[in-house]
Amino acid sequence: MKKKKKSIDYGKWGYIFILPFFVTYIIFSLIPLIDTVRYSFFEYYRSGIKEVGPNFIGMANYVSLLHSDMLKYGANTLILWMIGFIPQIVIALVLAVWFTDVRLKIRGQQFFKVVIYLPNLIMASAFALLFFTMFSTNGPINSILMSIGILKKPIDFLGSVFGTRSLIGFMNFLMWFGNTTIMLMAAIMGIGQDVFEASDLDGCNSIQRFFYITLPLIRPILAYTLITSIIGGLQMFDVPQILTNGQGNPNRTSMTLIMFLNSHLKSKNYGMAGALSVYLFVVSAILCFFVYRMTNDNDPDGSKKAAKKRAKAERRKR
Amino acid sequence: MKSKTKSSRGRSILAHTVLILLSFMCLFFFYVLIINATRSHADLQKGFSALPGKYFFTNLKNVANDGSFPMFRGILNSLIVSGCSAALCTYFSALTAYGLYAYDFKGKKVAFTFIMAILVMPTQVTAMGFLKLVTNMGMYDSLLPLIIPSIASPAVFYFMYSYLQSSLPISLVEAARIDGSGEFKTFNHIVLPIMKPAIAVQAIFTFVGSWNNYFVPALIIQSKNKMTVPILIATLRGADYMNFDMGKIYMMITVAIVPIIIIYLLLSKYIIAGVTLGGVKE
Repeated sequence: MKKKKKSIDYGKWGYIFILPFFVTYIIFSLIPLIDTVRYSFFEYYRSGIKEVGPNFIGMANYVSLLHSDMLKYGANTLILWMIGFIPQIVIALVLAVWFTDVRLKIRGQQFFKVVIYLPNLIMASAFALLFFTMFSTNGPINSILMSIGILKKPIDFLGSVFGTRSLIGFMNFLMWFGNTTIMLMAAIMGIGQDVFEASDLDGCNSIQRFFYITLPLIRPILAYTLITSIIGGLQMFDVPQILTNGQGNPNRTSMTLIMFLNSHLKSKNYGMAGALSVYLFVVSAILCFFVYRMTNDNDPDGSKKAAKKRAKAERRKR
Repeated sequence: MKSKTKSSRGRSILAHTVLILLSFMCLFFFYVLIINATRSHADLQKGFSALPGKYFFTNLKNVANDGSFPMFRGILNSLIVSGCSAALCTYFSALTAYGLYAYDFKGKKVAFTFIMAILVMPTQVTAMGFLKLVTNMGMYDSLLPLIIPSIASPAVFYFMYSYLQSSLPISLVEAARIDGSGEFKTFNHIVLPIMKPAIAVQAIFTFVGSWNNYFVPALIIQSKNKMTVPILIATLRGADYMNFDMGKIYMMITVAIVPIIIIYLLLSKYIIAGVTLGGVKE
C-alpha cells in the first residue's frame, strides 16, 4: 500500500538520480561499443600518413584475425594466467584456513594480512619495471645469487621463454594472492562456528574438515573467484607490456590479447582492432553472464537467502 | 589427546613459517627498491648491498630536475585524475544506488539488471570506439576523458547499493520528507553521511585504481606535460635506459610507488575490511 503511494509522488526523482550514470555510460561506453562493432566490418587503417578506408569489407577482418597469431596470443594469455592463478588459489586457500582456525592462534594476524595485501595496490607498470631492473643480467637478483655462491654466471631471466613467463606469473601471483586470501577468509568465517564445532565433536581432523566441510561450503565464492580471475586474466596487459616493452619477447611468447589490441590501436588499424575487440567482447559477455548469475543469487529482497538458510538449518537438523 | 596437541603445535609452526616466508617475499622487492634508491650509480654497479647509501636526496633531486621524464609533473597529473575520479565516482555511484534503492519507478528493474549485467565488463573491449569518440569530441590528449567516465562505475554502484540495503531504512527517508526536506537535500544531508564508511572505502579503491591505470591513459595522452605516472614509467622502459643513472631509475620507481604505500599503511584497516564488502555476500 505504502509503496504504491510513494511511486506516484516521488518516482521521477528516481529517474533524475540515475540519469547521470546512464548518460555517462551511454556516451562513454555504449556508443564506443557500437562504433567498435561497426568499424570491425570496415577496412580502415593508416599506412604512413595516408588513411585507407573506411571501406565495407564484411567479415574479412574477423577471418584474417583467425589466420593471424591471435589464437597463439590467446593461448599465451591463458598460460600466463594459469601460472599465476594455480599457486594463488592454493596458497590463498591454505592461508584462509589457517587464519580462520581458532586453534592455530596465528600471531600478528593483522600484520600478515596488511603485508600480503600490499602488492595488490602497487602500480602494476612500476612493479613490472622494478622486476625488469631487478632481474636483468647485472641487476640485484643476479648479484645476490652470485655473491652467496648459488650461481657462477648471471642468468638471463628475460631471455628465455620459461624465465619471462614465470616472472609474469609470479608477479600476478604476488599481486593477487593476498586479495584472494581475504575474500576466502570472509567466506569461511561466514560458515558459522557451530558447524566446525560439530565436526570437531565427531572426531574430524583438520584435513577432513577442510575437504568435507570448508571446501564444499565455500564453493560459490571459489567459483566467483575463478570467473573474476579469468576476466582479470583476459585483461592482462600492464605487467607483460612493461616487462617486455610491448614486444612480448622472447619471440612473442608473452604477448597477450590486450597487448595485441594495443598494438593495433597504436598503429591506428581501427578495423582489425574493432574485430579483435568484438572477439574479446563475446568472451567477456559469456563470463559476465556467469558473474551476473552468481551475484544475483542473493536477490535484493533476500527471500532466496532466507530459503537457503532454512534449507541449511534443515540439513543441520538431519 | 596428547598427540592432538602435538600435531596442532606442528601445524602452528608450519603456518607461521609459511606466513613469514610469504611476507618476506612481498616485502623483499620493496626493500631492495628503497635501498637501491639511496645509492649512487657507481655503487650500484659494484653489486647489491643490504645497507642503504647516502645518495637519497641526490637521486631525488636528479629525478626532480629531469626534463625528459617530468616525474613530479606526472604525480601532479595523476593526483588530479585520481582525486577527481574518486570524488565523481563515489558521489554519482551513491546517487545512482540511492535512486534505485529508495524510489519505485517504471524500468527500475531493467536499469538494475542492466548494471548488474555489465558489472565486470572489461573497459578494453570498447577502447577502440572510445579513442575515436574522444578524438571526435576534441578531448584527445587531455585529462578529461580519464576523469568523466568514472561517473558510471557499475562495481562501485553495486557496493553502494549493498551498503544501502544493510544500513538505510526507508522510514528514515520518509521521516525526512515529513519534515519537509527536499529529495536532493535528503540525499546530501541525510543519506550521504550514513554512507560515509562505504564512500571512504570506495574512494580509496577508485583512487588507487585510477592512479595505477595504464591502458586508457596510454591511448589518450600524447604530450609530456600531461602524462600520468604509469605512462612515464612506460616511456622510461621504452627508452634505452640501462645506460642511465640507475640510482635515478630506482628513485623514479620509488616516487611512483611510495605515495600509495603510505596511503595504504595509514588506512590499511579500512582497506582490508573493504575488500570483502564488494564481493559476493553469502
